[in-house]
Amino acid sequence: MLRLALKRSLRLGPAVSDTPSAAMVASRGYHERVVDHYNNPRNVGSFDKEDPNVGTGLVGAPACGDVMKLQIKVDEDSGKIVDACFKTFGCGSAIASSSVATEWVKGKQMEEVLTIKNTEIAKHLSLPPVKLHCSMLAEDAIKAAVKDYELKKAKAAPKQE
Amino acid sequence: MARNLIRRLPILYQNHPHRLFSSATAAVAPSPSPSPSPTDEEIVEMKGVKVSGRPLYMDMQATTPVDPRVLDAMLPFYLSRFGNPHSRTHLYGWESEAAVETARAQVASLIGANPKEIFFTSGATECNNISVKGVMRFYRDKKRHVITTQTEHKCVLDSCRHLQQEGFEPLEEIGRICREKGVPFHTDGAQALGKIPIDVEKMGIALMSLSGHKIYGPKGVGALYLRRRPRVRVEPQMSGGGQERGIRSGTVPTPLVVGMGAACEIAAKEMEYDTRRVTSLQERLLNGIRSRLDEVVVNGSMEHRYPGNLNLSFAYVEGESLLMGLKEVAVSSGSACTSASLEPSYVLRALGVDEDMAHTSIRFGIGRFTTEAEIDRAIELTVQQVEKLRNMSPLYEMAKAGIDLKSIQWAQH
Repeated sequence: MLRLALKRSLRLGPAVSDTPSAAMVASRGYHERVVDHYNNPRNVGSFDKEDPNVGTGLVGAPACGDVMKLQIKVDEDSGKIVDACFKTFGCGSAIASSSVATEWVKGKQMEEVLTIKNTEIAKHLSLPPVKLHCSMLAEDAIKAAVKDYELKKAKAAPKQE
Repeated sequence: MARNLIRRLPILYQNHPHRLFSSATAAVAPSPSPSPSPTDEEIVEMKGVKVSGRPLYMDMQATTPVDPRVLDAMLPFYLSRFGNPHSRTHLYGWESEAAVETARAQVASLIGANPKEIFFTSGATECNNISVKGVMRFYRDKKRHVITTQTEHKCVLDSCRHLQQEGFEPLEEIGRICREKGVPFHTDGAQALGKIPIDVEKMGIALMSLSGHKIYGPKGVGALYLRRRPRVRVEPQMSGGGQERGIRSGTVPTPLVVGMGAACEIAAKEMEYDTRRVTSLQERLLNGIRSRLDEVVVNGSMEHRYPGNLNLSFAYVEGESLLMGLKEVAVSSGSACTSASLEPSYVLRALGVDEDMAHTSIRFGIGRFTTEAEIDRAIELTVQQVEKLRNMSPLYEMAKAGIDLKSIQWAQH
Protein backbone atom coordinates (compact mmCIF):
# COMPACT_ATOMS: atom_id res chain seq x y z
CA MET A 1 0.00 0.00 0.00
CA LEU A 2 2.84 2.31 0.91
CA ARG A 3 4.62 1.61 -2.38
CA LEU A 4 1.49 2.35 -4.42
CA ALA A 5 0.84 5.61 -2.63
CA LEU A 6 4.44 6.68 -3.14
CA LYS A 7 4.48 5.70 -6.80
CA ARG A 8 1.32 7.67 -7.34
CA SER A 9 2.69 10.75 -5.63
CA LEU A 10 5.97 10.55 -7.55
CA ARG A 11 4.30 10.18 -10.92
CA LEU A 12 2.19 13.25 -10.29
CA GLY A 13 5.14 15.41 -9.41
CA PRO A 14 7.45 16.65 -12.16
CA ALA A 15 11.13 15.71 -11.88
CA VAL A 16 12.45 18.67 -13.82
CA SER A 17 10.75 22.08 -13.63
CA ASP A 18 8.05 22.57 -16.20
CA THR A 19 7.29 25.80 -18.05
CA PRO A 20 6.97 28.74 -15.67
CA SER A 21 3.55 30.22 -15.09
CA ALA A 22 2.72 33.73 -16.22
CA ALA A 23 3.02 34.93 -12.64
CA MET A 24 6.62 33.77 -12.36
CA VAL A 25 7.67 35.42 -15.62
CA ALA A 26 6.14 38.72 -14.60
CA SER A 27 8.02 38.79 -11.28
CA ARG A 28 11.48 40.30 -11.01
CA GLY A 29 14.05 38.72 -13.23
CA TYR A 30 16.24 39.75 -16.15
CA HIS A 31 14.47 40.92 -19.27
CA GLU A 32 15.59 38.93 -22.29
CA ARG A 33 17.12 42.06 -23.84
CA VAL A 34 19.40 42.45 -20.83
CA VAL A 35 20.44 38.81 -21.08
CA ASP A 36 21.00 39.25 -24.82
CA HIS A 37 23.27 42.27 -24.33
CA TYR A 38 25.16 40.39 -21.65
CA ASN A 39 25.68 37.28 -23.75
CA ASN A 40 26.36 39.13 -27.00
CA PRO A 41 27.70 42.51 -26.01
CA ARG A 42 27.94 44.99 -28.81
CA ASN A 43 30.86 47.37 -29.19
CA VAL A 44 33.06 46.21 -26.33
CA GLY A 45 36.48 47.69 -26.74
CA SER A 46 38.73 50.71 -26.53
CA PHE A 47 39.79 53.54 -28.77
CA ASP A 48 43.05 55.38 -28.38
CA LYS A 49 42.45 57.98 -25.71
CA GLU A 50 44.95 60.40 -27.22
CA ASP A 51 43.26 60.39 -30.62
CA PRO A 52 41.86 63.90 -31.12
CA ASN A 53 38.68 62.50 -32.64
CA VAL A 54 37.88 60.39 -29.62
CA GLY A 55 35.86 61.50 -26.61
CA THR A 56 36.06 59.41 -23.45
CA GLY A 57 33.50 59.42 -20.65
CA LEU A 58 34.39 57.64 -17.40
CA VAL A 59 31.65 57.66 -14.77
CA GLY A 60 30.76 55.83 -11.59
CA ALA A 61 32.88 54.43 -8.76
CA PRO A 62 34.09 50.93 -7.79
CA ALA A 63 32.78 51.45 -4.27
CA CYS A 64 29.27 51.79 -5.69
CA GLY A 65 29.76 48.72 -7.85
CA ASP A 66 29.32 50.52 -11.17
CA VAL A 67 31.94 52.02 -13.47
CA MET A 68 31.29 52.79 -17.15
CA LYS A 69 33.75 53.95 -19.79
CA LEU A 70 32.08 55.07 -23.00
CA GLN A 71 34.11 56.31 -25.96
CA ILE A 72 32.92 58.02 -29.14
CA LYS A 73 34.75 58.59 -32.39
CA VAL A 74 33.59 61.76 -34.06
CA ASP A 75 33.99 62.80 -37.67
CA GLU A 76 35.66 66.21 -37.50
CA ASP A 77 33.87 67.82 -40.38
CA SER A 78 30.30 66.65 -39.98
CA GLY A 79 30.21 66.39 -36.20
CA LYS A 80 28.66 62.95 -36.55
CA ILE A 81 29.55 60.07 -34.22
CA VAL A 82 30.91 57.38 -36.50
CA ASP A 83 31.83 54.79 -33.93
CA ALA A 84 31.39 54.05 -30.24
CA CYS A 85 32.65 51.48 -27.77
CA PHE A 86 32.36 50.77 -24.08
CA LYS A 87 33.76 48.90 -21.10
CA THR A 88 31.78 48.40 -17.91
CA PHE A 89 32.38 47.11 -14.39
CA GLY A 90 28.93 46.42 -13.03
CA CYS A 91 25.90 44.16 -12.95
CA GLY A 92 24.11 42.74 -15.99
CA SER A 93 21.79 45.75 -16.18
CA ALA A 94 24.74 48.15 -16.17
CA ILE A 95 26.47 46.23 -18.95
CA ALA A 96 23.27 46.17 -21.00
CA SER A 97 22.62 49.89 -20.42
CA SER A 98 26.04 50.92 -21.65
CA SER A 99 25.85 48.50 -24.56
CA VAL A 100 22.52 50.03 -25.63
CA ALA A 101 24.02 53.49 -25.23
CA THR A 102 26.82 52.71 -27.70
CA GLU A 103 24.31 51.34 -30.18
CA TRP A 104 22.13 54.42 -29.97
CA VAL A 105 24.85 57.04 -30.36
CA LYS A 106 26.31 55.58 -33.52
CA GLY A 107 25.49 57.60 -36.61
CA LYS A 108 23.96 60.49 -34.69
CA GLN A 109 25.00 64.09 -34.27
CA MET A 110 26.55 65.09 -30.98
CA GLU A 111 23.75 67.47 -30.07
CA GLU A 112 21.25 64.69 -30.75
CA VAL A 113 22.82 62.17 -28.40
CA LEU A 114 22.72 64.66 -25.55
CA THR A 115 18.95 64.29 -25.66
CA ILE A 116 19.05 60.54 -24.98
CA LYS A 117 17.28 60.09 -21.67
CA ASN A 118 17.92 57.39 -19.08
CA THR A 119 14.19 56.65 -19.02
CA GLU A 120 14.33 55.57 -22.67
CA ILE A 121 17.18 53.18 -21.97
CA ALA A 122 15.39 51.83 -18.91
CA LYS A 123 12.20 51.29 -20.87
CA HIS A 124 14.00 49.55 -23.73
CA LEU A 125 15.54 47.09 -21.25
CA SER A 126 12.53 46.88 -18.91
CA LEU A 127 14.77 47.69 -15.98
CA PRO A 128 13.20 47.20 -12.55
CA PRO A 129 13.18 50.25 -10.21
CA VAL A 130 16.15 48.96 -8.25
CA LYS A 131 18.28 49.07 -11.44
CA LEU A 132 17.29 52.48 -12.74
CA HIS A 133 20.58 53.99 -11.61
CA CYS A 134 22.32 51.88 -14.27
CA SER A 135 20.48 53.69 -17.03
CA MET A 136 21.22 57.03 -15.38
CA LEU A 137 24.90 56.18 -15.34
CA ALA A 138 24.72 55.32 -19.05
CA GLU A 139 23.18 58.71 -19.79
CA ASP A 140 25.92 60.36 -17.74
CA ALA A 141 28.54 58.40 -19.64
CA ILE A 142 27.25 59.66 -23.02
CA LYS A 143 27.28 63.25 -21.78
CA ALA A 144 30.74 62.85 -20.30
CA ALA A 145 32.10 61.46 -23.58
CA VAL A 146 30.67 64.36 -25.57
CA LYS A 147 31.98 66.88 -23.06
CA ASP A 148 35.42 65.31 -23.19
CA TYR A 149 35.49 65.54 -26.99
CA GLU A 150 34.45 69.19 -26.94
CA LEU A 151 37.12 69.99 -24.37
CA LYS A 152 39.74 68.33 -26.54
CA LYS A 153 38.59 70.28 -29.57
CA ALA A 154 38.66 73.54 -27.64
CA LYS A 155 42.21 72.89 -26.46
CA ALA A 156 43.37 71.93 -29.95
CA ALA A 157 41.72 74.93 -31.70
CA PRO A 158 44.00 77.78 -30.48
CA LYS A 159 47.06 75.69 -31.49
CA GLN A 160 45.78 75.44 -35.05
CA GLU A 161 45.76 79.19 -35.35
CA MET B 1 29.58 9.24 -4.21
CA ALA B 2 26.24 10.08 -5.77
CA ARG B 3 26.15 6.68 -7.43
CA ASN B 4 26.55 4.96 -4.06
CA LEU B 5 23.58 6.85 -2.76
CA ILE B 6 21.38 5.99 -5.72
CA ARG B 7 22.10 2.36 -5.00
CA ARG B 8 21.04 2.86 -1.42
CA LEU B 9 17.77 4.53 -2.45
CA PRO B 10 14.64 2.41 -2.09
CA ILE B 11 13.64 0.44 -5.20
CA LEU B 12 10.82 2.93 -5.81
CA TYR B 13 13.18 5.69 -6.90
CA GLN B 14 15.23 3.49 -9.17
CA ASN B 15 12.34 2.08 -11.15
CA HIS B 16 10.52 5.31 -11.59
CA PRO B 17 10.72 6.78 -15.13
CA HIS B 18 11.28 10.34 -13.93
CA ARG B 19 14.22 9.44 -11.75
CA LEU B 20 15.42 12.31 -9.58
CA PHE B 21 18.50 13.74 -11.26
CA SER B 22 21.51 14.33 -9.08
CA SER B 23 23.14 17.69 -9.36
CA ALA B 24 25.98 16.06 -11.29
CA THR B 25 23.85 15.66 -14.40
CA ALA B 26 24.40 19.04 -15.98
CA ALA B 27 27.91 19.18 -14.61
CA VAL B 28 29.43 16.10 -16.15
CA ALA B 29 28.44 17.06 -19.69
CA PRO B 30 31.55 18.40 -21.44
CA SER B 31 31.59 22.01 -22.61
CA PRO B 32 30.38 23.10 -26.10
CA SER B 33 30.08 19.85 -28.01
CA PRO B 34 28.55 19.82 -31.49
CA SER B 35 25.55 17.85 -30.27
CA PRO B 36 22.02 18.44 -31.53
CA SER B 37 20.28 21.24 -29.64
CA PRO B 38 18.63 20.06 -26.42
CA THR B 39 14.98 19.14 -26.67
CA ASP B 40 12.32 21.37 -25.18
CA GLU B 41 12.14 19.16 -22.11
CA GLU B 42 15.73 19.74 -21.21
CA ILE B 43 15.91 23.53 -21.52
CA VAL B 44 14.80 25.21 -18.32
CA GLU B 45 13.75 28.83 -18.56
CA MET B 46 13.12 30.95 -15.51
CA LYS B 47 13.37 34.68 -14.87
CA GLY B 48 14.49 35.32 -18.43
CA VAL B 49 17.46 32.98 -18.16
CA LYS B 50 17.72 29.80 -20.20
CA VAL B 51 19.72 26.85 -18.90
CA SER B 52 20.06 23.45 -20.52
CA GLY B 53 19.51 20.99 -17.70
CA ARG B 54 19.58 21.85 -14.01
CA PRO B 55 22.58 23.90 -12.84
CA LEU B 56 25.10 22.15 -10.66
CA TYR B 57 24.57 23.11 -7.05
CA MET B 58 27.33 24.89 -5.18
CA ASP B 59 25.45 26.93 -2.61
CA MET B 60 25.55 24.58 0.39
CA GLN B 61 25.52 27.43 2.90
CA ALA B 62 22.09 28.52 1.68
CA THR B 63 20.63 25.04 1.98
CA THR B 64 21.50 21.39 1.40
CA PRO B 65 19.71 18.56 -0.36
CA VAL B 66 18.02 16.08 1.92
CA ASP B 67 20.13 12.95 2.35
CA PRO B 68 18.12 10.01 0.92
CA ARG B 69 18.68 8.12 4.17
CA VAL B 70 17.00 10.97 6.05
CA LEU B 71 14.04 10.86 3.68
CA ASP B 72 13.74 7.11 4.28
CA ALA B 73 13.51 7.76 8.00
CA MET B 74 10.87 10.47 7.57
CA LEU B 75 8.41 8.92 5.10
CA PRO B 76 6.65 6.44 7.43
CA PHE B 77 5.73 9.37 9.67
CA TYR B 78 3.86 11.06 6.87
CA LEU B 79 1.99 8.05 5.57
CA SER B 80 1.31 5.44 8.20
CA ARG B 81 2.67 6.52 11.59
CA PHE B 82 1.17 9.97 11.32
CA GLY B 83 -0.07 10.48 14.87
CA ASN B 84 0.23 13.70 16.86
CA PRO B 85 3.01 13.16 19.40
CA HIS B 86 0.94 14.88 22.08
CA SER B 87 -1.99 12.46 21.78
CA ARG B 88 -1.76 10.49 24.99
CA THR B 89 -4.55 8.00 24.48
CA HIS B 90 -3.58 5.76 21.57
CA LEU B 91 -0.78 3.98 19.74
CA TYR B 92 -0.48 6.62 17.04
CA GLY B 93 0.41 9.24 19.62
CA TRP B 94 2.71 6.98 21.59
CA GLU B 95 4.77 5.88 18.62
CA SER B 96 5.01 9.47 17.36
CA GLU B 97 6.18 10.63 20.75
CA ALA B 98 8.74 7.85 20.92
CA ALA B 99 10.11 8.89 17.54
CA VAL B 100 10.38 12.51 18.71
CA GLU B 101 12.28 11.47 21.80
CA THR B 102 14.64 9.30 19.77
CA ALA B 103 15.34 12.25 17.49
CA ARG B 104 15.89 14.47 20.51
CA ALA B 105 18.55 12.08 21.76
CA GLN B 106 20.22 11.99 18.34
CA VAL B 107 20.48 15.77 18.21
CA ALA B 108 21.73 15.95 21.79
CA SER B 109 24.39 13.37 21.22
CA LEU B 110 25.86 15.32 18.29
CA ILE B 111 26.60 18.31 20.52
CA GLY B 112 27.41 16.57 23.79
CA ALA B 113 24.21 17.65 25.53
CA ASN B 114 21.48 15.97 27.53
CA PRO B 115 18.25 15.28 25.57
CA LYS B 116 16.32 17.25 28.19
CA GLU B 117 18.18 20.33 27.01
CA ILE B 118 16.90 20.16 23.39
CA PHE B 119 13.72 21.90 22.26
CA PHE B 120 12.39 21.62 18.72
CA THR B 121 11.39 24.71 16.79
CA SER B 122 10.68 25.70 13.19
CA GLY B 123 14.27 26.58 12.45
CA ALA B 124 17.39 28.44 13.50
CA THR B 125 15.74 31.84 12.98
CA GLU B 126 13.10 30.99 15.53
CA CYS B 127 15.78 29.69 17.88
CA ASN B 128 17.71 32.91 17.58
CA ASN B 129 14.59 34.91 18.36
CA ILE B 130 13.81 32.79 21.41
CA SER B 131 17.41 32.99 22.58
CA VAL B 132 17.93 36.68 22.24
CA LYS B 133 14.49 38.05 23.04
CA GLY B 134 13.54 35.23 25.39
CA VAL B 135 16.58 35.55 27.63
CA MET B 136 16.57 39.32 27.65
CA ARG B 137 12.91 39.66 28.39
CA PHE B 138 13.13 37.08 31.15
CA TYR B 139 15.94 38.94 32.84
CA ARG B 140 14.68 42.40 31.89
CA ASP B 141 14.52 43.55 35.48
CA LYS B 142 18.06 42.53 36.33
CA LYS B 143 20.32 43.12 33.33
CA ARG B 144 19.90 45.26 30.29
CA HIS B 145 22.79 44.71 27.90
CA VAL B 146 23.47 42.36 24.99
CA ILE B 147 26.82 41.65 23.36
CA THR B 148 26.80 40.57 19.73
CA THR B 149 29.14 40.44 16.75
CA GLN B 150 28.88 42.12 13.37
CA THR B 151 28.96 38.88 11.45
CA GLU B 152 25.77 37.44 12.92
CA HIS B 153 22.80 36.42 10.84
CA LYS B 154 20.22 39.12 10.14
CA CYS B 155 17.69 37.55 12.53
CA VAL B 156 20.06 37.89 15.46
CA LEU B 157 20.89 41.49 14.64
CA ASP B 158 17.22 42.28 14.10
CA SER B 159 16.28 40.73 17.41
CA CYS B 160 18.92 42.85 19.10
CA ARG B 161 17.61 45.91 17.34
CA HIS B 162 14.10 45.11 18.65
CA LEU B 163 15.45 44.89 22.14
CA GLN B 164 17.18 48.21 21.66
CA GLN B 165 13.76 49.69 21.16
CA GLU B 166 12.66 48.11 24.41
CA GLY B 167 15.44 49.88 26.22
CA PHE B 168 18.30 47.36 26.17
CA GLU B 169 21.83 48.61 25.36
CA PRO B 170 24.07 46.94 22.76
CA LEU B 171 27.81 46.42 23.18
CA GLU B 172 30.12 45.50 20.36
CA GLU B 173 32.55 42.76 21.36
CA ILE B 174 32.10 39.12 22.13
CA GLY B 175 33.46 37.70 25.37
CA ARG B 176 34.83 34.21 25.86
CA ILE B 177 34.81 34.58 29.60
CA CYS B 178 31.01 34.61 29.63
CA ARG B 179 30.62 31.43 31.59
CA GLU B 180 32.90 32.51 34.42
CA LYS B 181 31.14 35.80 34.69
CA GLY B 182 27.75 34.13 34.71
CA VAL B 183 26.74 35.65 31.40
CA PRO B 184 24.66 33.35 29.18
CA PHE B 185 26.55 32.67 25.95
CA HIS B 186 24.43 32.04 22.90
CA THR B 187 25.81 30.84 19.61
CA ASP B 188 24.13 30.33 16.28
CA GLY B 189 25.31 26.84 15.41
CA ALA B 190 23.28 26.56 12.22
CA GLN B 191 26.24 26.35 9.86
CA ALA B 192 28.56 24.57 12.27
CA LEU B 193 26.34 21.64 13.28
CA GLY B 194 27.55 18.35 11.93
CA LYS B 195 30.53 19.90 10.24
CA ILE B 196 32.85 20.75 13.10
CA PRO B 197 32.86 18.91 16.42
CA ILE B 198 30.75 20.77 18.97
CA ASP B 199 30.78 20.09 22.68
CA VAL B 200 28.61 22.43 24.67
CA GLU B 201 30.44 21.58 27.89
CA LYS B 202 33.88 22.32 26.53
CA MET B 203 32.80 25.43 24.71
CA GLY B 204 30.88 26.86 27.63
CA ILE B 205 27.75 27.34 25.56
CA ALA B 206 24.52 28.19 27.32
CA LEU B 207 22.20 28.45 24.31
CA MET B 208 22.63 27.21 20.78
CA SER B 209 20.48 27.48 17.65
CA LEU B 210 20.47 24.52 15.28
CA SER B 211 18.97 24.20 11.83
CA GLY B 212 17.78 21.07 10.04
CA HIS B 213 18.19 22.04 6.43
CA LYS B 214 21.87 22.96 6.73
CA ILE B 215 22.88 19.38 7.57
CA TYR B 216 21.07 17.46 4.83
CA GLY B 217 17.86 17.35 6.82
CA PRO B 218 14.41 18.75 5.99
CA LYS B 219 13.50 22.41 5.88
CA GLY B 220 11.13 23.81 8.48
CA VAL B 221 12.72 22.35 11.58
CA GLY B 222 15.37 23.42 14.05
CA ALA B 223 16.36 22.79 17.61
CA LEU B 224 17.29 25.01 20.51
CA TYR B 225 19.83 23.89 23.07
CA LEU B 226 19.13 25.36 26.52
CA ARG B 227 21.58 24.55 29.26
CA ARG B 228 20.18 23.02 32.46
CA ARG B 229 23.17 23.43 34.75
CA PRO B 230 23.37 26.32 35.41
CA ARG B 231 19.80 26.71 34.24
CA VAL B 232 19.11 29.26 31.53
CA ARG B 233 15.63 30.65 31.60
CA VAL B 234 13.81 32.14 28.64
CA GLU B 235 10.48 33.78 28.12
CA PRO B 236 8.58 31.75 25.52
CA GLN B 237 7.92 33.59 22.26
CA MET B 238 5.14 31.27 21.08
CA SER B 239 2.11 31.00 23.36
CA GLY B 240 -0.27 28.06 23.21
CA GLY B 241 -0.69 24.55 24.54
CA GLY B 242 2.58 24.49 26.45
CA GLN B 243 4.34 21.85 24.30
CA GLU B 244 8.11 21.39 24.58
CA ARG B 245 7.87 22.09 28.30
CA GLY B 246 6.29 25.47 27.75
CA ILE B 247 9.33 26.76 25.90
CA ARG B 248 7.71 26.48 22.49
CA SER B 249 4.03 25.78 21.98
CA GLY B 250 2.73 24.13 18.84
CA THR B 251 2.44 20.52 17.71
CA VAL B 252 5.88 19.06 17.26
CA PRO B 253 6.14 18.03 13.56
CA THR B 254 7.17 14.41 13.96
CA PRO B 255 8.36 13.69 10.40
CA LEU B 256 10.52 16.82 10.33
CA VAL B 257 11.94 16.16 13.75
CA VAL B 258 12.69 12.54 12.88
CA GLY B 259 14.44 13.81 9.77
CA MET B 260 16.57 16.19 11.79
CA GLY B 261 17.45 13.44 14.23
CA ALA B 262 18.43 11.09 11.43
CA ALA B 263 20.50 13.83 9.82
CA CYS B 264 22.33 14.42 13.10
CA GLU B 265 23.07 10.76 13.55
CA ILE B 266 24.44 10.48 10.04
CA ALA B 267 26.49 13.62 10.57
CA ALA B 268 28.03 12.22 13.73
CA LYS B 269 29.12 9.09 11.89
CA GLU B 270 30.35 10.76 8.74
CA MET B 271 31.76 14.06 9.97
CA GLU B 272 35.39 13.08 9.77
CA TYR B 273 35.13 11.51 6.33
CA ASP B 274 33.07 14.42 5.01
CA THR B 275 35.54 16.95 6.33
CA ARG B 276 38.48 15.26 4.66
CA ARG B 277 36.63 14.96 1.38
CA VAL B 278 35.33 18.50 1.40
CA THR B 279 38.75 19.89 2.25
CA SER B 280 40.32 18.13 -0.71
CA LEU B 281 37.53 19.38 -2.99
CA GLN B 282 38.01 22.91 -1.72
CA GLU B 283 41.73 22.73 -2.48
CA ARG B 284 40.96 21.38 -5.93
CA LEU B 285 38.59 24.27 -6.60
CA LEU B 286 40.92 26.94 -5.31
CA ASN B 287 43.99 25.60 -7.08
CA GLY B 288 42.06 25.03 -10.26
CA ILE B 289 40.89 28.63 -10.33
CA ARG B 290 44.17 30.16 -9.17
CA SER B 291 46.17 28.27 -11.79
CA ARG B 292 44.20 29.98 -14.57
CA LEU B 293 43.34 33.39 -13.10
CA ASP B 294 45.35 35.99 -11.27
CA GLU B 295 44.15 38.49 -8.68
CA VAL B 296 41.83 36.08 -6.91
CA VAL B 297 41.41 36.83 -3.22
CA VAL B 298 40.03 34.47 -0.60
CA ASN B 299 37.79 36.34 1.82
CA GLY B 300 38.16 35.42 5.47
CA SER B 301 40.96 33.41 7.02
CA MET B 302 42.22 30.26 5.28
CA GLU B 303 43.23 28.60 8.55
CA HIS B 304 40.12 29.26 10.59
CA ARG B 305 37.43 28.40 8.14
CA TYR B 306 35.04 25.62 7.45
CA PRO B 307 36.46 23.94 4.34
CA GLY B 308 33.12 23.71 2.56
CA ASN B 309 32.85 27.46 2.23
CA LEU B 310 35.00 29.24 -0.33
CA ASN B 311 34.31 32.93 -0.70
CA LEU B 312 36.38 34.39 -3.52
CA SER B 313 36.80 37.88 -4.85
CA PHE B 314 37.80 38.31 -8.49
CA ALA B 315 39.32 41.73 -8.85
CA TYR B 316 37.84 44.05 -11.48
CA VAL B 317 34.79 41.86 -12.02
CA GLU B 318 31.44 42.72 -10.45
CA GLY B 319 29.75 39.89 -8.53
CA GLU B 320 26.24 40.13 -9.89
CA SER B 321 27.37 40.17 -13.50
CA LEU B 322 29.51 37.11 -12.80
CA LEU B 323 26.53 35.35 -11.26
CA MET B 324 24.49 36.15 -14.34
CA GLY B 325 27.05 34.39 -16.48
CA LEU B 326 27.42 31.47 -14.09
CA LYS B 327 23.87 30.33 -14.53
CA GLU B 328 25.00 26.73 -15.01
CA VAL B 329 26.43 26.80 -11.48
CA ALA B 330 24.23 27.68 -8.53
CA VAL B 331 26.36 29.92 -6.33
CA SER B 332 25.67 33.09 -4.45
CA SER B 333 27.24 36.49 -4.09
CA GLY B 334 28.00 37.17 -0.43
CA SER B 335 25.24 35.77 1.76
CA ALA B 336 21.74 34.83 0.67
CA CYS B 337 20.03 36.51 3.59
CA THR B 338 20.63 40.08 2.54
CA SER B 339 20.17 39.64 -1.16
CA ALA B 340 17.35 42.18 -1.36
CA SER B 341 19.58 45.19 -0.65
CA LEU B 342 22.12 46.70 -3.03
CA GLU B 343 24.79 47.14 -0.40
CA PRO B 344 27.76 44.82 -0.28
CA SER B 345 27.40 42.06 2.32
CA TYR B 346 27.84 43.41 5.83
CA VAL B 347 29.55 40.19 6.77
CA LEU B 348 32.27 40.80 4.21
CA ARG B 349 32.63 44.37 5.32
CA ALA B 350 33.01 43.21 8.90
CA LEU B 351 35.71 40.79 7.77
CA GLY B 352 37.67 43.78 6.55
CA VAL B 353 37.15 43.38 2.82
CA ASP B 354 37.68 46.63 0.88
CA GLU B 355 34.47 48.22 -0.33
CA ASP B 356 35.26 47.89 -4.01
CA MET B 357 36.32 44.27 -3.58
CA ALA B 358 33.16 43.45 -1.63
CA HIS B 359 31.14 43.91 -4.81
CA THR B 360 33.22 41.26 -6.51
CA SER B 361 32.72 38.27 -4.26
CA ILE B 362 31.24 34.88 -5.01
CA ARG B 363 30.52 32.20 -2.43
CA PHE B 364 31.05 28.57 -3.39
CA GLY B 365 29.49 26.01 -1.06
CA ILE B 366 30.80 22.45 -1.16
CA GLY B 367 29.10 19.60 0.65
CA ARG B 368 28.63 15.89 1.14
CA PHE B 369 27.21 15.31 -2.33
CA THR B 370 29.56 17.51 -4.34
CA THR B 371 31.58 15.52 -6.86
CA GLU B 372 34.95 16.14 -8.45
CA ALA B 373 33.30 16.43 -11.86
CA GLU B 374 31.15 19.27 -10.52
CA ILE B 375 34.18 21.04 -9.12
CA ASP B 376 36.01 20.75 -12.43
CA ARG B 377 33.03 22.06 -14.36
CA ALA B 378 32.63 24.93 -11.91
CA ILE B 379 36.28 25.85 -12.38
CA GLU B 380 35.87 25.78 -16.17
CA LEU B 381 32.76 27.95 -16.18
CA THR B 382 34.10 30.40 -13.62
CA VAL B 383 37.36 30.95 -15.46
CA GLN B 384 35.52 31.46 -18.75
CA GLN B 385 33.15 34.04 -17.33
CA VAL B 386 35.78 35.93 -15.36
CA GLU B 387 37.97 36.22 -18.44
CA LYS B 388 35.05 37.46 -20.52
CA LEU B 389 34.09 40.04 -17.92
CA ARG B 390 37.63 41.22 -17.39
CA ASN B 391 37.85 41.93 -21.10
CA MET B 392 34.79 44.11 -20.65
CA SER B 393 36.07 45.83 -17.54
CA PRO B 394 37.55 49.33 -17.64
CA LEU B 395 39.15 48.72 -14.24
CA TYR B 396 41.07 45.71 -15.51
CA GLU B 397 42.20 47.71 -18.51
CA MET B 398 43.42 50.53 -16.29
CA ALA B 399 45.15 48.20 -13.88
CA LYS B 400 46.95 46.42 -16.70
CA ALA B 401 48.11 49.81 -17.98
CA GLY B 402 49.68 50.38 -14.61
CA ILE B 403 47.24 52.96 -13.25
CA ASP B 404 46.70 52.85 -9.50
CA LEU B 405 42.94 52.63 -9.11
CA LYS B 406 43.00 54.01 -5.60
CA SER B 407 44.47 57.27 -6.85
CA ILE B 408 41.63 58.11 -9.23
CA GLN B 409 39.02 60.69 -8.34
CA TRP B 410 35.81 58.94 -9.29
CA ALA B 411 32.88 61.01 -10.54
CA GLN B 412 30.17 59.94 -8.10
CA HIS B 413 26.58 60.51 -9.09
